[in-house]
Amino acid sequence: MSKRAAWRLETLGFEQVHHYTPGKEDWMAAGLPIEGSKASIPRVGSVARRDVPTCRLDERVGDVSARVLAKGWDLCVVVNEGNIVLGRLKRAALEGDADAIVESVMEPGPVTYRPHVVAADAARTLSERHVESVLVTTGDGELIGVFGPEDAPSP
Amino acid sequence: MPTPIDRNMLQRLIAQGAQLVEVLPRAEFEEEHLPGATSLPLRQLTAETASTLSKTVPVITYCWDFT
Repeated sequence: MSKRAAWRLETLGFEQVHHYTPGKEDWMAAGLPIEGSKASIPRVGSVARRDVPTCRLDERVGDVSARVLAKGWDLCVVVNEGNIVLGRLKRAALEGDADAIVESVMEPGPVTYRPHVVAADAARTLSERHVESVLVTTGDGELIGVFGPEDAPSP
Repeated sequence: MPTPIDRNMLQRLIAQGAQLVEVLPRAEFEEEHLPGATSLPLRQLTAETASTLSKTVPVITYCWDFT
């Protein structure tokens, strides 16, 4: 649609026309601000817990577990140097073989939500599916935080 | 010929003063749109409605996604 509109504008004499084809979805998935009547509705990106611990593929589980559990978390997000999500370590893995390497015991490709998803909707869905939490990433896969049903603001 | 751009280029052009135009129906624009955008729905895009835009300043159109 944006491409057709761009072509139409060109036929109307506009000299420099561009079309941002990835559109509003891409913009919002990057966690960038929006305007409008629904702009102030809490989204998972704005309420996600951003202090979720992270680790690298080649770390020793025992080392990761010590710092994760000490901070009161029971999960750790596996990321690369660009903070792109590669996997997740849940409590069972964190409490498992301390000498294992993260890559060998992580849950690869965990489900992620985009930051523009409405927090109340996400909380309802997770509760119905008995899911404790979900990772929130940009459309490019960059970690924003972790969101659970209890993170949604009260109506 | 209209040029496809990504998010980085979009932000650069906006910073340089480009005109940002959402071509989705007006109701969708009212709910949420990119900061500073103007609503010009494709179905109502005519010489008259487009006359609010400058023809010499870069224009960027967008909708929801690749559709």
